[in-house]
Amino acid sequence: MTATETHASQWHTRDFPEAARDLLQDSQTRKNVQHATNVIQGKRNKVVAELPDWEELRESGAQVKAHVLRHLDHYLTQFEENCTRAGGHVHWAADAAEANRIILGLVQQHEAKEVIKIKTMTSEEIGLNRELEAHGIRPIETDLAELIIQMGKDRPSHFVAPALHVNRAQVRAMFQREMHLPELGEEPEDLATAARIYLREKYLRIKVAISGGNFLIADTGGLCIVESEGNGRMCLTLPDVLISLVGIEKVIPSFEDLEIFLQTLPRSATGERMNPYNSTWCGVHPGDGPKEFHVVLLDNGRSPILADREARQTLQCIRCAACLNACPVYHQTGGHAYESVYAGPIGAILTPQLHSMEEGRSLPYASSLCGACYQVCPVKINIPEVLIHLRGKVVQEDQATLMGKFSLWNIGMQAAAFLFKDASRLAMAERIGRVGQKALVSKNGFIEWMPLMLSGWTQTRDLKAMPEQSFRDWWAKEKAPGAKPADRSDHA
Amino acid sequence: MRVSLFITCYNDALFPQTGKAVVNVLERLGHEIEFRPEQTCCGQMHWNTGYLREAVPIIRHFVKVYQDAETVVIPSSSCVSMMRDHYVKAAEMDGDAKLVADVEALLPRVYEFSEFLVRKLGVEDVGATYPHKVTYHASCHSMRSLHLGDIPIRLLKQVRGLDLQPVQNAQECCGFGGTFSIKNADVSSAMLADKVRMVLNTGAEVCTAVDNSCLMHLYGSLHRQRTFVRTAHIAEILAATAEGAEA
Amino acid sequence: MPEISDHRARILASIRVSLNKGMSPAQAEANIAAECANLDRKYVRTGTRATAGHDGLLELLTDRLLEYDAGVYRAAPEGIAAAVGEILAGRGKRGLAIPAGVPAEWLPQGYEFTLAEGFDAYQLDATEGVLTGCSVAIAETGSIVLQNAAAQGARILSLVPDYHLCVVFAGQIVEEVPEAFARLKATSTLPTTFISGPSATADIEMTRIKGVHGPRFLDVLLVV
Repeated sequence: MTATETHASQWHTRDFPEAARDLLQDSQTRKNVQHATNVIQGKRNKVVAELPDWEELRESGAQVKAHVLRHLDHYLTQFEENCTRAGGHVHWAADAAEANRIILGLVQQHEAKEVIKIKTMTSEEIGLNRELEAHGIRPIETDLAELIIQMGKDRPSHFVAPALHVNRAQVRAMFQREMHLPELGEEPEDLATAARIYLREKYLRIKVAISGGNFLIADTGGLCIVESEGNGRMCLTLPDVLISLVGIEKVIPSFEDLEIFLQTLPRSATGERMNPYNSTWCGVHPGDGPKEFHVVLLDNGRSPILADREARQTLQCIRCAACLNACPVYHQTGGHAYESVYAGPIGAILTPQLHSMEEGRSLPYASSLCGACYQVCPVKINIPEVLIHLRGKVVQEDQATLMGKFSLWNIGMQAAAFLFKDASRLAMAERIGRVGQKALVSKNGFIEWMPLMLSGWTQTRDLKAMPEQSFRDWWAKEKAPGAKPADRSDHA
Repeated sequence: MRVSLFITCYNDALFPQTGKAVVNVLERLGHEIEFRPEQTCCGQMHWNTGYLREAVPIIRHFVKVYQDAETVVIPSSSCVSMMRDHYVKAAEMDGDAKLVADVEALLPRVYEFSEFLVRKLGVEDVGATYPHKVTYHASCHSMRSLHLGDIPIRLLKQVRGLDLQPVQNAQECCGFGGTFSIKNADVSSAMLADKVRMVLNTGAEVCTAVDNSCLMHLYGSLHRQRTFVRTAHIAEILAATAEGAEA
Repeated sequence: MPEISDHRARILASIRVSLNKGMSPAQAEANIAAECANLDRKYVRTGTRATAGHDGLLELLTDRLLEYDAGVYRAAPEGIAAAVGEILAGRGKRGLAIPAGVPAEWLPQGYEFTLAEGFDAYQLDATEGVLTGCSVAIAETGSIVLQNAAAQGARILSLVPDYHLCVVFAGQIVEEVPEAFARLKATSTLPTTFISGPSATADIEMTRIKGVHGPRFLDVLLVV
């Protein structure tokens, strides 16, 4: 599979620092993002603190997911067998093109001109809406946030609250225009009511629905979908045909494992003890829900990640987005700076891996490694550790090219490594530095400008010049055996 | 106790006064300090930037220098977190079983400075006097890797004359992140601006931390903005006495 | 017609190569099951409130439901119909749709209860609401769990009508989520819905708004 055809819908055009620079200028978006993440974080912290066994739940969640990944072939085939027995149809899609082909085929087979959709990141990942539209089929997003994104021809910036970068005034203007409601008020209630009326007729009429899935349940062949608005239940229950597109890593061993994830996911994702609706079902149930049910199991770059034992934990993710809400980098830039369906810390490790490290190579560096993401992750993905691991891959691959080998970064790092192997070299370098810095030091004793890659520092920060005497020189002069302390006054 | 001081590369060159303060405090508490001049760096800059192979010889050098030390004290939580979080993995990556064993033997004797005072020595009052309004910046590594909790706060609360002001959003990173501050200078600057605003809101004269790396970052902006807020490593505050001049 | 395409083979082969497994799936299933059984599960399995009498549980469930802005009422087993009548009067309703299996003794005189078996969405949309029982209720999270069973019906019933009145017996209430799963295990393949308050969204500026697509009004009658 080639990168272009497999990941046709991916967005990467710019590196993170460049995309971030533009977003940092957008003060309205930044305000919206900071408000939203602060609210969710606050609620999350409160309901997590209520559970005395939070750490045990995290540990169990991590172990169950890691176990599944070690035996993913087994659990997928078990799921397939049980889902099929329950009347479902299981399809396998190695890449985005195949997933699109399968879904388009099913929709066309039922001669549907419109489909209703529940928010699904996998559909975003494969560019399904564009594919459907290209074939004259109109996808209608039913999640309020996704509807806002779709109407605004925007991109999701967060995978639990995709429109958190948009405020009520912006939503109102969009709904007034697209729903032809010039009188529409600005209160969130008005906007939600408008969406309810707009969509209700569609739920009742449209016969094919497309969803993602939070969990595939191996021992029952069932699916679980977690949602808030009821749009999910509408799509899962009312149409004749339901197609669920789910990543292969979403399988869990048994129905009862939900007792872990239905505690950790809602609290992490929206700061609720339980989100309003969770649905589980197996295949087709006569007289209840769709008459035809299809699951499309999507690989699209996931299975090769299993080979990397360090980074495999990335696939434990249950898409709660707690790491986005906790991330100080995400707070500043919002999700669009990642130029990826999957934003934030988890996106920074997932995206480049889904693309065999060919795209999103600046993303592992889009973190100060502060560790807030790992601290909140309900399945204990050590994101900082994986970020460093992926940086290691980027560096090694770069060093294999001529340009990378002779880059300023590589030369600088090699030089530093050379110095750090030997204290006398380091002491010498310090002495040279003290002399060399004189060209940069201002009268006030500070460095206010630095060249090349170091210029980023001095755009907003000064740097105190190196003092005349290093600690090691002081020690040698004052404290070392045989030293002749001349003056004790500089001893702090 | 015989304490071996690992000053760290950036403290050696940029913040010698922090090293002097550590020596001062520990000597005052009756400990014998040694400084091994062969020391260089913990390897964090290379490791965290992805120069994993290049970090291994630096790590090996550290282990060789301190192998036989009774106790190693380091005035930088981020260097200690580098050791605790990554040294074993680095040694394993290199396939060097002896290095893995040596790291595992050495690490239990390695302490961050404030952790050493409170957890190892059981001291909270080091006899310091520092009559200033101070705010404490909890560095990410001190909180989330070393889990220092309120250790630095407990030390500061025992300092005579010190007026400790809490800072808002204490959990949030200052945006330094080593080479992150250069590779993603714009985002780093935006994070720094938020943090500096919080620090200024406290009305403190001095911002302290257990890491000079964050303080260097914060002071870079505090100085650029011509505020009169200074930064001082916690060791410098703990070294200050009523008689002596403060660091 | 499960589609056994070459994509299936490709994906499974890729997984097995990545995991360094043999190409045959003959991996001893017993080993996997044993490994799974040995995973850490040290989280709380059973609550502590029930041992202190049922009141603690009822209060917790009530608090949680009230937080979701659900209405909460109580009745004795012999007073269900009367309580239902009062609730409906308070809501200004003349009658409700019901699934098969709702006992006659839940239904007060003077109201119209329509058996909604096989109703489509349009028919349900025209009703004033729905009355159901439940399989289990979880106090800690304020959730009621409905399955496709007697007195609960198909999922559409508790979805399309704008009003849902749910009868919960004290014996159906558990404290913790794992206790609920222990009870649901035997019927785990039935269509199952966990309902925690009326439908809601916080998609606009994180402001919680009730009632987007599911029922906007939820009342719970606790039978003690």
